[in-house]
Amino acid sequence: MKSAEKTLETPIMNQPVVKNPKIRLPRINWRGVIAIIGFFVAWHLSVKLGFPGFREIAAPYDVLHTFLTRYLDNPDYWASWVASFKRVLYGFLIAQLLGIPLGLLLGTRQTFNHLVYPVIEIMRPIPPLAWVPISILFWPTTESSIIFITFIGAFFIIVINVHDAVKSIKKEHIWLAQSLGASSGQIFRRIMIPSVIPSIAVGMTLGIAVTWNVVIAAEMISGDNGLGRLTWEGYVSHTVTVVIIGMVSIGLAGYLSTIVVDYLEKKMMPWRVAR
Amino acid sequence: MKTHALSGELNVKGLSKWYHIKGQPPVHVLDDCSFEIEPGKLTVVMGTSGCGKSTLAYILCGYLNPDRGQVVMDGQQVKEPSSSRIMVFQETALWPWMTVLDNVIFGPLAAASIGKEEATRKAMELLRKFGLSEFKDKYPSQLSGGMKRRAELAQALINSPKVMVLDEPFRGLDVMTRELMQEYYIKLFEETRLTTVFITSELEEAIFLADRILIMGGTPSKMVHSLEVDLPRPRTFDVLASERYLEIKKEALEALYGDSMQHFV
Repeated sequence: MKSAEKTLETPIMNQPVVKNPKIRLPRINWRGVIAIIGFFVAWHLSVKLGFPGFREIAAPYDVLHTFLTRYLDNPDYWASWVASFKRVLYGFLIAQLLGIPLGLLLGTRQTFNHLVYPVIEIMRPIPPLAWVPISILFWPTTESSIIFITFIGAFFIIVINVHDAVKSIKKEHIWLAQSLGASSGQIFRRIMIPSVIPSIAVGMTLGIAVTWNVVIAAEMISGDNGLGRLTWEGYVSHTVTVVIIGMVSIGLAGYLSTIVVDYLEKKMMPWRVAR
Repeated sequence: MKTHALSGELNVKGLSKWYHIKGQPPVHVLDDCSFEIEPGKLTVVMGTSGCGKSTLAYILCGYLNPDRGQVVMDGQQVKEPSSSRIMVFQETALWPWMTVLDNVIFGPLAAASIGKEEATRKAMELLRKFGLSEFKDKYPSQLSGGMKRRAELAQALINSPKVMVLDEPFRGLDVMTRELMQEYYIKLFEETRLTTVFITSELEEAIFLADRILIMGGTPSKMVHSLEVDLPRPRTFDVLASERYLEIKKEALEALYGDSMQHFV
């Protein structure tokens, strides 16, 4: 035995290259900075020189001025942020909480799939905003109807993604676990769930973008607060600076949500990060 | 590691298999395959690609059921997967979300045969033997092809299987790593005499490793030829230059291609 062990310790090739341990400072994308400055200069000049279409548009300086003097310390403005974020959060979370188990059930239980999948296929192509009238009639408060529409936006994406992921789990992964004596509960928890995590992550990325789209539109149609409402009110009252403040705020809010979702995805899939 | 002398005998009788794909006529893959896998021997199953070698392996491991015939292991009919027959798959089946160590200790922990501490100790022993102890906390995607193959061997061997089924395990590795792995497996086999079914489509690999080569052919596939490889053990790559090797190669080539060549005449 001993001699055999020795013989097996042949030098092994293909050792991974050791990475340079030096710490890298984050590098600034200078081209990006120049492009952003260029964008604002072009915007400013287009307004000042009165290019066609720009006559009604506010210049960047005016937008900034309005923001600093009237919005930065205005609690109503920040309440709009909170209102929109809350709706996105609730709609998104409920979509995950219901969509992930439903996708798993559809992928693993054939009878359930045959029973439920056709209904999902009928409902899925209906755009979330087409749900607005029914939603207002059905739900007791505006708040709950907006959350419902937001939920619809992310729900089907999650269901379909998880369902497809379950169907495409490598059979070898399941077989190997069966060979090694794993119970069906162990296979579900330790093999199937991790197999679909990458698809859950894709569903989250797509879902968060859709929920922001939907929440803004829903607020414009039926909300009495939120960033979508703020933007719409700016338009109705012919205050272009407010419209632009609203748009930039929505962009920032979406960007912040994406950062959070990206962070969560990395936490969910440590094996994808470590390469 | 235990030795497995005289256990892991497989009797395969009249195996036939059809694949039923929706909207298409059934595909007849295996037809009346009968053969024996002797315990403590390394049996290579050869055939051209697509001839049903993998299907045969899946049936041997109990992942698929045959439409006709049966597989009997040590007197008991094979009906479902079991840790007494473990397969190394063509493409890596290491679970990408588990570290190397977690992949290896999965078997003993799932079977609850030993505690985590004991499993970890055994796993580390195997990983050390396979030159992977430094990589225990890495994920499979961080390993090279050869290292993945060795990790899979450790993952299988920790469960003390009676039969190893390797389905073209070294396909897709570069030539050097491949030869290294062949040498590696042959040493492992000669040390443990673990009953092995090794599937390949490469003749050189087959002769180098085998005690016996079973050749599949025809559509649907049957076992068309059985070839004893009486090259001396322990084996090194020197045997590839011996006269006996060339004789065996000639016989194997005739069995492999004699049939298909007739179609061209």
